[in-house]
Parts: sequence; structure tokens; C-alpha cells
Amino acid sequence: MAEIDDLHDSLIAAVADAADLPALEGVRVGALGKQGSVSALLKTLGGMTPEQRQTEGPRINGLREAVSAAIAARKAALEQAALDQRLASERIDLSLPAPDAPAGSVHPVSQVMDELAEIFADLGFSVATGPEIEDDWHNFTALNIPESHPARAMHDTFYFGDDTARDGRRMLLRTHTSPVQIRTMTSKAPPIRIIAPGRTYRSDSDATHTPMFHQVEGLVIDRGIHMGHLKWTLETFVRAFFERDDIVLRMRPSYFPFTEPSAEVDVGYTLDKGRRVIGGAMPDGWMEILGSGMVHPKVIAACGLDPDEWQGFAFGCGIDRLAMLKYGMDDLRAFFDGDLRWLRHYGFAALDVPTLSGGVSA
Amino acid sequence: MKFTLSWLKDHLDTDASPEAIAETLTRIGLEVEGVENPAEALKPFRIARVLTAAPHPQADKLQLLSVDAGSGPQQVVCGAPNARAGLVGVFGAPGAYVPGLDVTLKVASIRGVESRGMMCSSRELELGDDHSGIIELPEDAPIGAVYAEWAKLDDVVFDISVTPNRQDCMGVRGIARDLAAAGIGTLKPIAVPTVPAAFPCPVEIRTEDPEGCPAFHGRVIRGVRNGSSPDWMQRRLKAVGQRPISTIVDITNYLMIDQGRPSHAYDLAKLHGAVVARRARSGETVEVLNGRSYTLTPDMTVIADDVEVHDVAGIMGGAHSGVEDGTTDLLLEVAFFDPERIARTGQALGLTSDARSRFERGVDPAFLEDGLALLSALILEHCGGTASEVVRAGDAPVPQKRISYDPALAARLGGVSVPTDEQRAILERLGFAVEPDGERLTVIPPSWRRDVDGAADIVEEVVRMVGLDAVQSVPLTRDPGVAKPTATAEQLVERRVRRAAAARGLHEAVTWSFLSEAEADAFGGGAWTLANPISEDLKVMRPSLLPGLLSAARRNADRGAAQIRLFEVGRRYLADAERPTVGFVLGGDRTSRSWATGKAQGFDAFDAKAEAIALLGAAGAPVENLQLMGEASASYHPGRSATLRLGPKTILAEFGVLHPALAKTLDLPADMVAGEVFLDALPGRRDRGPSRTKPTFAPPALQAVTRDFAFLLPDGISADQLVRAIKGADKALITGARVFDLFTGHGVPKDHRSVAVEVTLQPSERSFDEAALAGVSDKVVAAAGKLGATLRG
Repeated sequence: MAEIDDLHDSLIAAVADAADLPALEGVRVGALGKQGSVSALLKTLGGMTPEQRQTEGPRINGLREAVSAAIAARKAALEQAALDQRLASERIDLSLPAPDAPAGSVHPVSQVMDELAEIFADLGFSVATGPEIEDDWHNFTALNIPESHPARAMHDTFYFGDDTARDGRRMLLRTHTSPVQIRTMTSKAPPIRIIAPGRTYRSDSDATHTPMFHQVEGLVIDRGIHMGHLKWTLETFVRAFFERDDIVLRMRPSYFPFTEPSAEVDVGYTLDKGRRVIGGAMPDGWMEILGSGMVHPKVIAACGLDPDEWQGFAFGCGIDRLAMLKYGMDDLRAFFDGDLRWLRHYGFAALDVPTLSGGVSA
Repeated sequence: MKFTLSWLKDHLDTDASPEAIAETLTRIGLEVEGVENPAEALKPFRIARVLTAAPHPQADKLQLLSVDAGSGPQQVVCGAPNARAGLVGVFGAPGAYVPGLDVTLKVASIRGVESRGMMCSSRELELGDDHSGIIELPEDAPIGAVYAEWAKLDDVVFDISVTPNRQDCMGVRGIARDLAAAGIGTLKPIAVPTVPAAFPCPVEIRTEDPEGCPAFHGRVIRGVRNGSSPDWMQRRLKAVGQRPISTIVDITNYLMIDQGRPSHAYDLAKLHGAVVARRARSGETVEVLNGRSYTLTPDMTVIADDVEVHDVAGIMGGAHSGVEDGTTDLLLEVAFFDPERIARTGQALGLTSDARSRFERGVDPAFLEDGLALLSALILEHCGGTASEVVRAGDAPVPQKRISYDPALAARLGGVSVPTDEQRAILERLGFAVEPDGERLTVIPPSWRRDVDGAADIVEEVVRMVGLDAVQSVPLTRDPGVAKPTATAEQLVERRVRRAAAARGLHEAVTWSFLSEAEADAFGGGAWTLANPISEDLKVMRPSLLPGLLSAARRNADRGAAQIRLFEVGRRYLADAERPTVGFVLGGDRTSRSWATGKAQGFDAFDAKAEAIALLGAAGAPVENLQLMGEASASYHPGRSATLRLGPKTILAEFGVLHPALAKTLDLPADMVAGEVFLDALPGRRDRGPSRTKPTFAPPALQAVTRDFAFLLPDGISADQLVRAIKGADKALITGARVFDLFTGHGVPKDHRSVAVEVTLQPSERSFDEAALAGVSDKVVAAAGKLGATLRG
């Protein structure tokens, strides 16, 4: 049956020669369509004797399958070629810039406040707040700074007009976060462990002072708290904050009306190519970073607690200064300018959330 | 407070090095701010004679000097009016660093003439304030010698910061006592001279204000010669920053620094009648030594005679009764003034002085007698004359404090165990008297330690003398388990809002809490105005966060910033409270011009709306329940701003395009949009209790379907009203409704908008059939119809 073999060869050749999908479809219709050559052969099977069918059937069906397979393969190849051609024409220059997504930032002061909250939470301190527009009782009198005390003059206080006085107390902008000590002790029963970060104000302006700045207050009131606890707390805090275990603190006796004994605290720095770097077991020098002391018995008593039963410590520290020491800004005034260039450089990404497991530093 | 090493050694027997002394001072609470040997810095400066002086050919006010500093004539150009041939002064050669000018000298050409060095003034060498001319030394000063050595400037100067509680260390003796107690040497005894009284005091001295001036001791000295104080005294005074004036004034200053004891000398010839400490009369004025006049009030104590006020008591002497060169007879005043009175008077007058800084801290009330004796003896020694008897008006209040002290408190409060004997020795070295009282001690503070009045103060004395280094760190107790959360709900809200804003591309600024009055007024006016602002720009507490942010935006725009996205989390200060608030401003380009999207696009009110809603969402507000209403504050464009409320009264946020008039007033870039989220208005979060499980939920098995409706909506009805009406048409089936198209123009009747809404329907039990969908559609159309909206044909 050379006829079938010839048809097979000619159809396979025609499939291979089909240059595109329409041509291939023509070949398919010519072979496998209703009037197609292979279809015509299939129809002859009905007129055959069973013996003939037994021999011719497989051959004719074999022809049909071979042609179908060749068409399918050719079709896939042509489609692939067409796709390749299309894709080649669709090439784009991906070195062009993608759409901008604006990236914002968190201010260093906020970031440092979050770091402080995280560190002190681990030590069991909660975060307390108080008003910035304060009265002179909370800001001074209750803190053992009576009216004529020289320390009151040293605070460079911003006052509001006499007509704003409340209950005979003159209103002012708090000069430190220490009034939060008073507000906490008068509203909450000891034991107390708080930090109180926030805005503070003094009438002072130069390269290192701005009329508004940020402080954080710390307060612990409990039984049996002494200066050793203060020292440990400050060491633990400073080492966690700067993420160095070799930071040495130096406490110097000092004076604050609301603490007794009082101590100023210096942190040791080492010199690295002329730059001061916080830390180092053998400091090259000292930088003052905070004031502290044991809460004065008069302050405890002013808050309605018995100073023979309750004692504790307090400390106050400039947040802006902490940020500067840690992250290296050198001009305090830039903190409050809102310069986007500065914020982009010194600010922190939204996802830089201080955590204990990830580290408090961004 | 400055003092020199030699001065200290008048009171302290010690071999300690300046470094050891400085280290000890800081350790015991007398913080050293500087240790300097003026001779070190002035080594290159030599004594020189001006050989000739001739006019500068090119300048009227300059002279050409020929100067010999021991190595032959050098040409120097000099502008000092007192430069002249024969003058002996101080010369700095090229290479010398002039501290007062912060320059290193070099050979220079001044108006075309070479100058090889400089004849110096006191101020240039930081030896004093005098800059009226170059230093003039005695004729016989050795030419070529190192000036600092010849002038005996080789005396280390310590500068310490004395805390307000330590009046006793406002004098060299007190510092010496503290150092001796710290083991750095031995306090020398003080030799109080006996001054022979030659005649009764001819002046009546009284105090009529025993409250303000409890004690006034005085005496007259006759026949003095007031000239220049001795060199050694001048050197010391200059070294500590005091300007020598005359022998008598210098002696009072010397005693003040030596003993912390201010005093005053009046020219007896200028006094009339009795000298009295009394309250000032209302409106009384006095001209004092700084050359200014002050108007006094009856709250102030003065020293006056029968005619006028001569002294703002304890603060500054009067200009007319002070001693002068020709003064021959003196009245000396050694008084005790009430510290509070001095502080209040000084504050009220804005007048500071060395005397005030001592009296307001509280001078030693037991040192009037000795102080006057020391003062008298110095005057008799250096000015001659004879002294009268002493008049003592009133008594200084010497407190008799007895403090019962438990030595165990040093450990219990101070955190350092110190044996009782050692505590006792420390206290006694500091001048305290200590009496045993069983296990306790009775401690009697010395008269000069007004600051000590309780057991905690005693602990401080002990601790500072053993050194805070001796305090061992002790950990705070720690609750078992993982540290508990400590942030309050408000703090959490602020943190989330802050980081949400930063994540949305906004930069957090921190701006001043105070503004100018004009800025505050532009935002409704401030409730709090400072009585003593540092400047008019920082005067009124902000009623809104926007002015500060807008100023920052303007500064950024002025610097060329193309995109401005700023926010702040802070307080606005209202009459009744400080309200936590988030403010934001958007300006410049929202999207830059781009190869893909073409021209740059600015921000519009919907950008502000998006921020407001996102921040409210971050703050935990029920965003889907918010109602959009008008009536944003007057700082916004009335037609392009809105408020977001929970119910008609609770405004959670406002936002929009800024009012053009405001933008003009504040000189803002065009088209700024802004908003504020009022965190104080957020509904409180319900306590979620101990359980952390969320409500049960299973995604519906059947798919939701959407149907689109286009309505003709009469103007005056907002899209939000339409959407709400549709959502309410069948709350069971309709799970969402969203405007997706808006059209006005051809085919839309006048005063109407075509608003297309995609409605999402969620089947529950079984899929919708046509009848069910038609039923919902009818409800939607009916609900819209109640607003006057008709389905578009």
C-alpha cells in the first residue's frame, strides 16, 4: 500500500513546510478536515472486509495519528516562534526609574524616647506624662525650691500673665520634667517606677541651648532604695542606650534642691581620631550627661508620703543631648527647624522600632 | 568662683599638686571648670621699652615704634594712644599667641609699613578688661625679662562652679576647709586681729528693718589714705577677675573673696546723720555703682542716711557715697541681710553682683565680728588711720540646729557603709559639732552651713567626703518573668500614628510650642501668652500644630525642596488643657514629573483626606463609621475642606486646602494642603480583657457579586450621603458600595451630577437568582430616590 506511505510523506512534508499558523491550518483541513485526504481514507474502512480492515485499519489510523502529531508539534513550534517574536518586540528599558514611593522618617527625639521607653520597660519603669503649662507649686515649691531660692532664678523661667494664675499659683512653662515626679507621687501609691519624657522650656538661646528642649525624668520610690540602686540604674540605662558594656560613669556630688544627696553624672569618653566616643574602660575624659540624687525628704513629704517609710531616687537627662551623643548631631537648633534634608539624614525609618530582641538602636 | 593656688595656701597647708587639688575639688562637689596658669600662656611675652615713637606715614592714628625687648630695636606699628618713647610695656614677638585676640603674631605689613610684633594691652593678654591703651610698667622693670615671671603671674588659677547651697565656698577659706576635710591638707588657723578702738563711733547706726537686715555692725576709721592697693593684692584680684579700683574698695573685695564676706565702705564726708537699714519708700530712687538708677519699692531693704539712700542693701553701693581717692574718713558696714529679701530684690531689679550672690545664698551669721575686725585691720595696715569703737545694731540669726542622726543612714540612703567614727571625724573636719546619743549622733552644723538641716544632708556630707566612687551599684529588684508592657493607651496611639505617618512618606518635625501672636491669630488665637517671651516670634502657645509646620514648609520651599511632606505629633495648648494632636502639611509636588506620567502633579484636598483617614485608622478610630461634614476651621478653603466626625459633635480630624488668604498672610507656597487629627477626641478603647482571641470568622462559601448603578444626584447631596443610603438599603446583602465614576456635562441635567456606584452583594445560603437581584436593585434605587437621586436611563 504505497499509496498510504506516499500520502504520509507528502503530508509530513507539507506540515514541515507550513510557514505560519494559517498555512498549517490549511494542511490540517486538507488532511484531517471533512473532505481531507486522510479523512477520505478513514471513510474507506467501512467498505472493507473484516480481514482487510484488520490490516488496513491500523495503517490508516497510524497515518492519522502521525499527521495529527506532526501538526500539533508544528503548531507548538510556530506559536513559540510567534511568542518569541512578540516578546522580542516588547522589550523595555528597565533601567528607567520606577515610580517614586515617598519615604518618611521619625524624628530623632521621638526615636530616642521610644528607645528609653523600651529600655526602662525592661527595668519595670512605666512612662508618665504631665502638663507643660505648669503652676509654680509643682514646678518649684513642691520640689523644695521656695519663692526666693536662687535656683528659681537660675531656671530662666517663662511665665504667663498674672491673670492666668490658678488657685493663687502662678502659671509657667515647666523648666524641667521634675513636676511629673510630684504629679506621680500625689496621684499614685508607691512603689513607683516611672520615666517621664517631654518638652521643657527655659529662656535661653545659643548654640547649645534652645528655649524649648526635651528632658526625661526618672523616679523610683520604694522602701530601702539608696544611691547604690541609683548608680546601678544609671549604669544599666546608659550601657543599654549606647549599647556598650564598657561605659564608665562618674558621679560627682552636686546640688539640686529636690534631691539630697545629689549627684551629677559624667560619662567617660575615649578619643578616636580626635572625636569623642562614649565608652571605653579607660576614659580619656568625662562628659556631663545627667543630674540625679535621692529624692529630698521634703519633696516626699510635700507629696503626702512619709519620708521615713518611703525613699527613692530621681534623675533628669536631656533627650536632645542623648540623641546628639549617640547619633552624632552637633547643632541643637537643627532639631527644631524641620529641614527635610536634616530629617532625611538623621531621622529614622518607620520600621526602625526599638525592641529588646532586635536591639534598641536603629 | 575663681581663686589662685597661693591664695588657697594662705588657708591650707598642703603639698598637693594643682592636678590633685582639682581632682579633689570635683570629687567633693566643687566642680572645677578650669585650671589655668596664666604664666604658661604668656611665656613668649617680654618686658620691652619703647625707644622712639614717630607718626605712621600713612595713618593718623598709628605710630611707628622702635621697641627693645632685650635683643635690639624692632619696628612695631602701634595704635595705642598712650604709646610713647620711654614707655615700658609688654611685647609679643612674631610667633607669640595673643590669647585675648586669638591670633598668632607674625611679621605683618600695616598700611605699607613692616611691623615685627605687638605692644599689648591688658585685655589682649587676658589680664583684665582694660583696652584703653597698652600696659605701662614701672620704669625700672627689667627689659627683656619674661613678663609673667616678673609680674609673678606664675600662680595657678582655679575656676570652680559653686552650687547655690554652698555659700561657705564663695570664699577661699571655705574651699580650703572642704579640701582639708577631704584629706588634701590641713586648715590653717585664722588669726583675727584685735583692732584698737581710739574713739566712740561718731555715727548713729540702726536697723529699722530687723527682718531684712537683722544685724548691722559698723565703725568709723579716720585719717585714711586711699590710693592703690599693694601689688600682691592687685595680682590676686586680677587673677580672679576683679578689677583693682582703690585700696579701700580692693580690700572689701579681697575680704569678700577670701572669706566669702561682703562689706561696704562709705565716705563719711558724704553721709548726713544716722545711717539706717530700712525699707525703701515707694518710688524712692538710688543711683548705684554701675552708673544706673533704680526705682525701689517697700519690699526692698536699703541703707540710707537722713537725706538719701546710699545702698541697695547687700547688692550694690550707691554712686554718691562710695570712697574716692580723696576720702579720709570711712564708715564700714558689715551686715547680715535676709537671703530671701536679697534674692527677691535682686530679681525685681534685675541687678546682680558678687555681694548679692553671697548674701542670697546666706553668709555666715556668726562672722560679723571677725569679718569687721579683719576688714578694719587691713585698712589700718594699708591706708593708715585710727578706728572707732564698733557699733552693733541688731543680732544676726545664728541657727541652733541639732540634728538627730542615725549613722546607719549613710548606708540606708547613701548606699555606702562608713564606720561611725569615720563619719564623726568627717563631720568634725567640716566644722560640725558631733555629740554621741546612744546608737545615734546629735549633729550640730556650723554657722556657715545654712544648707544643712536634716539627716539626708548629713548623709550627703559623709558620702561626698568618702567619694561617690565608694558607692557600689546594687540592682533594683526585678519581678519574675518577662517584663510587663508599660505604655499607656495614649502612648500607644501616638507611637502608631507617628510610625504610620512616617511609613506613608511624611517626615516628622518637632517645631516650637510657641508662636508669634500673628501666627496664633491666623489659627483662631492662642489662649496662653508668655509674660516674658524670649522674642516676639516665640510668644503665644500654639492653638494648632499647623503654623509651626507651615513655617517649616516655607523654610524648606525657600531652600528649594520640591516635595514637602511634614507631620508633627504634639500638643496644642487650649485654655482648658493640652490636647494631643497630629498635624501634617503637604506641598510642592505630590509626584515629580516623570518619563512615565508626564508633568509633576501637586497635592489636592483628597491627598489630605487620605492622610487624615490613614492616621485615624492607625490611631484605632472606627474609620468606616466616620462622617464627612463641613465646617472645618477658618484656616481652610471653605469649599475644599472638611471635618471627619463620629456623630455630629465629635470632630476627629479636619483637613483640606489652606485658605488662600492665610497662605498669603504666612507667605506660603501655593496650593498647600494640610490637616490635623485630634487624638484627644478619639473614643477610648474598651478594655479588651485578658483574652486575645479575635471574633470567629469563616470566609463565605459563595462568591460576592457586584452590580453597577448610575444615579443623577442633585447638587447639594454629597456622594457620601448617596453611598450611605445605598449601604443602608439592605444591610444583610449589601456589603460594600463604592463610587467609581463621576460625570457632569452632556446628558446630565443642570444642577445634577452623574454618580456611578459599584455595589457589592454577598449571598449567604444560596446564589442569587434574577428575582433576588431585582429585589435588591429596587431597594437601592428606592433608597437613592429618597435623596432625590434618579437612576440614569
